[in-house]
Amino acid sequence: MSEYKLSHLQELEAESIHIIREVAAEFENPVMLYSIGKDSSVMVRLAEKAFAPGKVPFPLMHIDSKWKFNEMIKFRDEYAKQYGWNLIVESNTEAFQAGVGPFSHGSKVHTDLMKTKALLDALAKYKFDAAFGGARRDEEKSRAKERIFSFRDQFQQWDPKNQRPELWNIYNARIHKGESIRVFPLSNWTELDIWQYIRLENIPIVPLYYAKERPVVNIDGQLIMPDDDRLPDCYRDKIEMRKIRFRTLGCWPLTGAIESEADTIEKIVEEMMTTTKSERTTRVIDFDQEASMEQKKREGYF
Amino acid sequence: MATLNIKEFLDQDEKKDLLRLLTAGSVDDGKSTLIGRLLFDSKKLYEDQLQALERDSKRVGNAGEHIDYALLLDGLKAEREEGITIDVAYRYFSTNHRKFIIADTPGHEQYTRNMITGGSTANLAIILVDARSGVITQTRRHTFLVSLLGIKHIVLAVNKMDLVDFDQDVFDSIVEEYKALTDKLNIEDVTCFPLSALDGDNVVEKSERTPWYEGTSLLDFLERVPIHTDRNMNDFRFPVQYVLRPNLDFRGFCGNIASGIVKVGDEIMALPSRKKSRVKQIVTYEGNLKEAFCPQSVTLTLEDEIDISRGEMLVHPENMPEVGRYFETMLVWMDEEPMDRNKHFYLKHNTNMTRATVSEVSYLVDVNTMNKRSADRFSLNEIGHVHITTAKPLFFDAYKKNRATGAFILIDPITNNTSAVGMIIGPINAKEEDTERLPELNLPKLGIGKEHYEAIEKAVKDLARQGIAVEIIKE
Repeated sequence: MSEYKLSHLQELEAESIHIIREVAAEFENPVMLYSIGKDSSVMVRLAEKAFAPGKVPFPLMHIDSKWKFNEMIKFRDEYAKQYGWNLIVESNTEAFQAGVGPFSHGSKVHTDLMKTKALLDALAKYKFDAAFGGARRDEEKSRAKERIFSFRDQFQQWDPKNQRPELWNIYNARIHKGESIRVFPLSNWTELDIWQYIRLENIPIVPLYYAKERPVVNIDGQLIMPDDDRLPDCYRDKIEMRKIRFRTLGCWPLTGAIESEADTIEKIVEEMMTTTKSERTTRVIDFDQEASMEQKKREGYF
Repeated sequence: MATLNIKEFLDQDEKKDLLRLLTAGSVDDGKSTLIGRLLFDSKKLYEDQLQALERDSKRVGNAGEHIDYALLLDGLKAEREEGITIDVAYRYFSTNHRKFIIADTPGHEQYTRNMITGGSTANLAIILVDARSGVITQTRRHTFLVSLLGIKHIVLAVNKMDLVDFDQDVFDSIVEEYKALTDKLNIEDVTCFPLSALDGDNVVEKSERTPWYEGTSLLDFLERVPIHTDRNMNDFRFPVQYVLRPNLDFRGFCGNIASGIVKVGDEIMALPSRKKSRVKQIVTYEGNLKEAFCPQSVTLTLEDEIDISRGEMLVHPENMPEVGRYFETMLVWMDEEPMDRNKHFYLKHNTNMTRATVSEVSYLVDVNTMNKRSADRFSLNEIGHVHITTAKPLFFDAYKKNRATGAFILIDPITNNTSAVGMIIGPINAKEEDTERLPELNLPKLGIGKEHYEAIEKAVKDLARQGIAVEIIKE
């Protein structure tokens, strides 16, 4: 302390807490989008830090695509209860009842309806004027260029060529009715920062991040873990047991596992530091089409 | 790393500090190649990204047989079509000594806006020049912007030395010309490197092809340049961001320490009320601290019940910022729509929001020559000197002395765009200005009883939070 110097994690933490408080102070009805993943877990912890000893003054919202891993849902409900979160869960029930899913409709239609549309409908339903997301700039090319306070028009669209200048730590939170701001407090964190912080802070994460023998089936080069009985019959006899873990978590048919021996947080970080693959290689939706994340963001997806 | 186990290694790694740097150069200076080289040679370029890159390089690359790093960095579809970087892109890498955030900004004239955006939080700027062309107009512009932003450390990367046969004379004369420029702008810390980003000379390892060069490699320098002393640790400024009242016994003032250090027991003064108290606790999630410093985010509780809300500031009474409604400032116009002198902008300064007008335009600066010319308004990317009048008082310092309390943004009240950004020079005498006085509420004159004062003050405070200032007269 005597040197008055912060580590990179402390500096990132201070920046994120400032961003989170700024939103709570400037918006009438903010929400924190909670995906149950590691980034969300860190973001929620930062929100708890920002308002301690008080409670987080806005709800968390999970957009449930109905294809999440069961362990994720179990984790979500357990921690929401334990920490007393005000948790909203929303889904596109219409599309779900119509049988929309990644196997029958493909990843693009599934994501459009079960994730993007579900999110946009939920934001409209509750009239949220600001929504926190756990996206990081090191994840993907188009995210690398997005502001921390990212303006969305009344159709929730992002216009990469017309972003508000963002300087110092002064954020422009002014919007007209119907418009909104997506806020990314983890913008400057890297995947490695997230893991180091989880280790340092003992933040609970879904056990699927740790390596374990699990059933998987190779679908188009991705190791998919069948998590319920909706796996198409043609794959059933190809299931094998492997020691795997997940680097990112999403819909189970769209999230590939990696073979790994990392069953502790230290081993995960070690694996991270020596890895040769970027994390989104296990995300099927990023490869739908050229510049597909940018396209999704323009349409309102995170 | 071999001698440490992973736990020990992580314990050390987590303590690394963070350096934010800006890179500026024109399209052909090899900026993307240099960044790619830093990422690649520090082994953070992932295998799969590399494979995609090799594939794309062959298809549309502009670098011949070399890997075209620009394709890795120029992310957006629109840019790939135009072949230039159109906005700020952030890159991350780390070495054994430090974490780095690179704000990569384009060199084009019309994108001054983006360079200003990318540079506002930078500790250090890398300015690239092509060894064959030396200091050009763009170099002058970038250097001027860097000095305007108050970035303390400049690296001049003289790139493409391979194309001038690593000639020392070429390097020396560029350095000499550049130092003349930075002297004029009062930039103290300038370090120059002879590089070939394409071949890697002096980027990560010292090159054998420049035996006459006595300095370190660029990365070596970036890893070691001391930056934590750049922060203002002398003047305690705490813009109140959020008031925390979880229960009747706790009232905390949340904020990010803009500058300086605060200790439990310190006497503090709240602005604008000038009421004094002492710091009772410095509260964090982990527990209470004895002291806290910039840029930590903390919550302060005070010994006395003082009414303080967002937008106000806590300071040490013996070390006050300027308090006032009139100041002179450098302004950079960021909006496609030119300045409308009749507009009442919203001005955001720290956590304070108020209405403001540009009361005088003194001059514009030509960013290429640094010559001044007179004008009465600003258009996109223009920089100049103005006087500003605000509806509520601000608590500010000169930007040169305190980046965090000397910066502000102007927001267009109709479009809500961030129209301009400013770096405050200092207060001006109100008498010089034809100023509008604040509207007054003369409570005795209106025959309002003292029992209502508190309610009226509360209402006025809420208006002030929305940027509408009214002066209350109580006697």
